[in-house]
Amino acid sequence: MTPAKALRVDRIACTGQGMCGELLPELIDLDEWGYPVIKDRSVPDGLRTHARRAAAACPLLALHLDARRT
Amino acid sequence: MKSSAATHVAPQHRAPQPDDPAGARLLSGWYATGAPATLADHLRRHGPAPVAPAPGSRTSMSLVEAVEAAGLTGRGGAGFPTARKLRAVAERGGRTVVVVNAMESEPASRKDQFLLAVEPHLVLDGAVLAAIAVGADTVHVCLPRTRTAQYRQLSAALDERRRARLDPVRLHAHALPHAYVSSESTSLVRWLNGGPARPQGSPPRTHERGVARRPTLVHNVETLAHLALIARHGPGWFRQTGTPDEPGTTLVTASGAVATRGVLEVALGTPLAAVLDRAGGPTQPLRAVLLGGFAGAWLPAEHMQTPLTRRDLAPLGAAPGAGVLAVLPHSACGLTETARILAYLAAHSARQCGPCHLGLPAVAEDFAALAAGRADPDLLSRLHRRTGLLPDRGACRHPDGAARLAASALRAFADDVDRHLAHGACPAAGHRSPLIPVPPATAPETWR
Ligand code: SF4
Ligand code: SF4
Repeated sequence: MTPAKALRVDRIACTGQGMCGELLPELIDLDEWGYPVIKDRSVPDGLRTHARRAAAACPLLALHLDARRT
Repeated sequence: MKSSAATHVAPQHRAPQPDDPAGARLLSGWYATGAPATLADHLRRHGPAPVAPAPGSRTSMSLVEAVEAAGLTGRGGAGFPTARKLRAVAERGGRTVVVVNAMESEPASRKDQFLLAVEPHLVLDGAVLAAIAVGADTVHVCLPRTRTAQYRQLSAALDERRRARLDPVRLHAHALPHAYVSSESTSLVRWLNGGPARPQGSPPRTHERGVARRPTLVHNVETLAHLALIARHGPGWFRQTGTPDEPGTTLVTASGAVATRGVLEVALGTPLAAVLDRAGGPTQPLRAVLLGGFAGAWLPAEHMQTPLTRRDLAPLGAAPGAGVLAVLPHSACGLTETARILAYLAAHSARQCGPCHLGLPAVAEDFAALAAGRADPDLLSRLHRRTGLLPDRGACRHPDGAARLAASALRAFADDVDRHLAHGACPAAGHRSPLIPVPPATAPETWR
């Protein structure tokens, strides 16, 4: 079993174009300026592929999937 | 000799009552003499610091244990256990670095400036002891560039120590740009590494890789001075005052409508009203206090019996923070004061993170409109939504603090909010000089 993953946004790198919110609406909302609001940091198994895709699609590599701290 | 810096930050002082053993630890020398301590004064009063002979020796490990048993927590605002920080750096091994955070960028706070002015050697002892405990060979003391008198004084204190060959580690003084967020520990590390004095959000953490890529311990001035006393007197002595959970004393800067503005030392757990009594009491009927600083919270008058501890204040959405206690009288407008503070905080965002860079000015503008009685029908719901969305969305805690202040003002001054929405600004809003001095809300000129 792969270890649980957690979402993290590098706030300084992120420029708020909102791509992540479109690709992963289950876990990420966007605020009125287009910056991500993470609804739940922990990524459920069923969304892991989606989350990985969203992280890869972030043009600034600001969205990260970290190993989850317990 | 009285230093200008000391007299500047504490124009008056008031000794604690003789039956109050808690009130005189860090400031005992100042209370006794009213003069800043020279190295000779310091050594006469406290004796030499119990400096261990070699880094990593058993003596130095016992300092971490003593600090842990004493239950000392950081006196910079976050209240993190000091021993845990020491351990995190010590356990990384290798040559490490200690940074003394003397930035005190909180405009309503004077305690670190004051302590460094009157007891510089207690602070420096603490820094050196911490350095030995974590295996550091270098201590960087970071001051704001704007405080030239203080920088001169600190340099003189460092020279005194060098001449006396007191310290087994190198100590350097640095003058940094002075923005609100420059006192973040990550800002100091970034500046010392040649970058801007702006917070660094992402890992690695400072204790993993900081100054010169070495594990770095950052503590503020007051924390290190407490550590220096624990090293001499032990954890049992430290715990003689304060509460079992939050032992020891803490420095408080009293301001606003109190008889004696200035820096006080009080036991943790002292009721807020008793702290105010020590500052001569309110000069006008009290309406609320701003607790913790610009990133703190407004606490209405009915809560003045609350003990000054994190634990007792947490249910009220407040914290001791940087030890700021500013008294708002009935004649002042809390919304106006808050609007001015928020404008300052918005201007001092490091402009690195969108939610902070765009969110803070938006909240500040709405607050200014509310205070001035120019609110549109959506203003209140917009303010609530935005203050709810700011926390945890920046690389540092700056937006969290501003949101906390704004939310606490909406709570503490709810009646005023209704009145301002229905009838426009109250007469108090425009017709008096500001209670809390707020520096101009302009962006810092430089981060380097
Ligand atoms: S896709 Fe990347 S840059 Fe864009 S909002 Fe999301 S995290 Fe920020
Ligand atoms: S949260 Fe604000 S002050 Fe902190 S680093 Fe980001 S932009 Fe700068």
